[in-house]
Amino acid sequence: MSKLIFELSRSGRINDQLAPAAPPAADIDLALLRKNRPLLPEASELDVVRHYTRLSQQNFSIDTQFYPLGSCTMKYNPRAANAVAMLPQFLGRHPLAPEETGQGFLACLFDLQEILKVVTGMAGVSLAPMAGAQGELAGVAMIRAWHRSRGEDHRNEIIVPDAAHGTNPATATMCGYTVREVPTDGNGNVDIDRLRQVAGPRTAGLMLTNPSTLGVFEERILDIRDIVHAAGGQLYYDGANLNAIIGKVKPGAMGFDVIHMNLHKTFSTPHGGGGPGAGPVGVAPHLLPFLPVPMVMQEDERYRWLHKIERPQSIGPLSAYMGNAGVLLRAYVYARMVGREGMTRIAEFATLNANYLMTQLQRAGFDLAYPERRASHEFIVTLKRLKESTGVSAMDFAKRLLDKGFHAPTTYFPLLVPECLLIEPTETESKETLDAFVDAMQEVLRECRDQPELVKSAPHTTPVRRLDDVRAARALDLAWKKPVTS
Amino acid sequence: MPFIPHTAQDVREMLAAIGAPDIESLFDEIPRELKDASLTAVPSSMDEMAIMRLMAARAQQDGHWRNFLGAGAYEHHVPAAVWQIVTRGEFYSAYTPYQAEASQGTLQVLYEYQSMMAGLTGLDVSNASLYDGASGLAEAVLMAVRLHKSSRRILMPRSIHPVYREVVSTIVRNQDIDLVDVAYDARSGLTDRASLEQSGQSDFAALVIPQPNYFGRLEPVHALTDWAHAKGALVVALVNPISLGLLVPPGQWGTGGADIAAGDGQPLGIPLSGGGPYFGFLTCKAEHVRQMPGRVAGRTVDLDGRPGFTLTLQAREQHIRRSKATSNICTNQGLAVTAATIYMALLGPEGLRRVAQASHANLVGLLERLNRYGVRARFPAPHFHEAVLPLEVPAAEVLQAMRATGIVGGLDLSADYPELGHAMLVCTTETKSSQDLDDYAKALASALAQSKQPKRA
Repeated sequence: MSKLIFELSRSGRINDQLAPAAPPAADIDLALLRKNRPLLPEASELDVVRHYTRLSQQNFSIDTQFYPLGSCTMKYNPRAANAVAMLPQFLGRHPLAPEETGQGFLACLFDLQEILKVVTGMAGVSLAPMAGAQGELAGVAMIRAWHRSRGEDHRNEIIVPDAAHGTNPATATMCGYTVREVPTDGNGNVDIDRLRQVAGPRTAGLMLTNPSTLGVFEERILDIRDIVHAAGGQLYYDGANLNAIIGKVKPGAMGFDVIHMNLHKTFSTPHGGGGPGAGPVGVAPHLLPFLPVPMVMQEDERYRWLHKIERPQSIGPLSAYMGNAGVLLRAYVYARMVGREGMTRIAEFATLNANYLMTQLQRAGFDLAYPERRASHEFIVTLKRLKESTGVSAMDFAKRLLDKGFHAPTTYFPLLVPECLLIEPTETESKETLDAFVDAMQEVLRECRDQPELVKSAPHTTPVRRLDDVRAARALDLAWKKPVTS
Repeated sequence: MPFIPHTAQDVREMLAAIGAPDIESLFDEIPRELKDASLTAVPSSMDEMAIMRLMAARAQQDGHWRNFLGAGAYEHHVPAAVWQIVTRGEFYSAYTPYQAEASQGTLQVLYEYQSMMAGLTGLDVSNASLYDGASGLAEAVLMAVRLHKSSRRILMPRSIHPVYREVVSTIVRNQDIDLVDVAYDARSGLTDRASLEQSGQSDFAALVIPQPNYFGRLEPVHALTDWAHAKGALVVALVNPISLGLLVPPGQWGTGGADIAAGDGQPLGIPLSGGGPYFGFLTCKAEHVRQMPGRVAGRTVDLDGRPGFTLTLQAREQHIRRSKATSNICTNQGLAVTAATIYMALLGPEGLRRVAQASHANLVGLLERLNRYGVRARFPAPHFHEAVLPLEVPAAEVLQAMRATGIVGGLDLSADYPELGHAMLVCTTETKSSQDLDDYAKALASALAQSKQPKRA
């Protein structure tokens, strides 16, 4: 660990060049003024720059390593998107500035709405949600609002496959629903017979990802649609895996009533160490009135905002302004650069890369969770046998991969497959990178057999060795405290 | 092919390895009737030069303005170093730090951020951020209800940002929570005591106290905090982080201190950017930490006993607790938080105080100039850096006239607060020079004079 910025602090170091002196606030009552200084560091600009630059060098990132995190779509973030989003006129725009002064900005957002509509096959799109999970919240809230508008609010259940991402059931709860789980069959599909039993008069909807979190296409999606609709429920599409089908299949065509997209996945906006994302929602015609505000509309070649006052049935705003504008601009630039021709290629090459990697890893001795199925844009390797024979777990394996210079795939998700690695290469990676990854995986596999202790105590070459998670939760240290001086 | 490196030979070799005749065959599990993805309405691809030309034209169309708009998003000077570091690939293109050993950069930044926010708000712990101030307030409300355990009523002064109140409503609507309006006093612009007493007659889980409030006024936070605590309720502070360089922090409000503090961190080093991405901060007393939503980084040790950082208390979160999680939130606003951390490190306690003081001083200076033209603030001093200006003509007309001089003059309040009549909310930060304040006053006076003239037929 590097020293904390507080430990580099020296009392009295002030960067005058960043904040000129200013008169005290004579008209504010003393009782409302701060008496003691906040716990912020006092470090020179050079110290600060050096400190955070060095911290950045302790990270793995797409720019530095292959990052095959399943379900995260770690594709290259085009620098053009960043350069454009940071044009000073865009950066300097106040969200509430008049529409007349933002026609360029609004044109970009309107265009993005339209592109997303076409790509997903939905009748309307709102760019408001600030993350996938917020998109889910909006989507389930719209379903609830729709049922309420038809006097059907007694429907209080949302069906979720047991393989679903945790945000799905968490979202359902936040919208006041009870979660009913349906199991996945041995082939990686939702168990249709069990679904038939669970769907009924209390069903408000079903949340589904397709291709699923297991990395395979839900082959009986049209049957699923029919069962849920026949029961009077709505079909929600979690767009986390859109990268697998973009330009090939439209969620709207699969019968989904409402969807969310993850622009920080499919549209390559930066992951930023955990965010910000953007989770636009799209809807079928009957749900249009409920879309979250604001949205952009075009009228006589001028662009303007649509607020709740013109959309009285909208579920309302999800943020103080209009969502993650900077993220949306980056997604827009990506969409324009990729274009019509490129959208389809994304899914094609993401799928090619995944199937190639899957084949090569199987050849190298790894067990696939669904060896009979095609990979979508991702696939699952299970290390269950390895664990049984050598004691090395998926976690250990992942940590040793870090030593080989690769970020590990997603581990232990989905929960269904024991000791799993969920691997998603994305379309921006070359064959050589994939081959190098296979080599590294093979090396670790050999080490598991020959030197298991080395793998079990990995990583060895990162800035810190394996961290004590149990201690982190038990002896909570979430904020630096100034040492008490005697 | 943009962003796809495969050559024809690569494709041949890969298909051969897979044993597939072509790429299309890899999609053979998808029912044929679903495979129509006509994208004709999507524009054709553009190379980098073309997209930059298009976007430069759009940016130029929008232009530069002298901005006096606040209302929750504030234009402060962002030191050049901030975004140069934030956009380094190792921060920009890193993922959530689930593999802690490979993410010590991000995790240490989060730990430092948490430490700074806790300190700034005078409370014990902070999470690693939520999406924005408004949705963050919704999460704070949900947290207060969980902590209080018996009441599901929340008192929400109307002196809180109107869109924040709407967002809270959108997010908590389906969870049986009663958001109770509390009026503001028409003379002082502060939370109305009588209305508060009346709403407080039944049990409530929390009082939300904005400081400064939406009108820029400074609420009597100590009295309000003690009042709520005496009623057995929690206090949720909704605060501006720059103002905390100058004003008493929530942890020191009243005798007991606020329980939870929330707000938008945008003023800390994040440009206006058309509305986002910003971030919501959430801090609280140590005893409440297990009900706090969102990611949190903690310090621990590694196998060699060396200190390091990791995500912790994950049992609260969706990926572990699923339907029983404190929130469905998955991301935090990583990049924005990184910017705020570097900003706070560069400014330090003295710099932050200066920015707050300068913003305040500029408002005082602006009001003095406006006084000379006969325009007085609607509410009495003190304000932080915003004030309501009553006008004799519709704010929309005034704002349009001011635009002719390149000034975005403020926010028309008539839609959200019709009872204030013609009024607008004006904001000054340290970015405004003396000349800017002169020009504003002159432009406003001229716009008013223009509007009051009888319209020509």
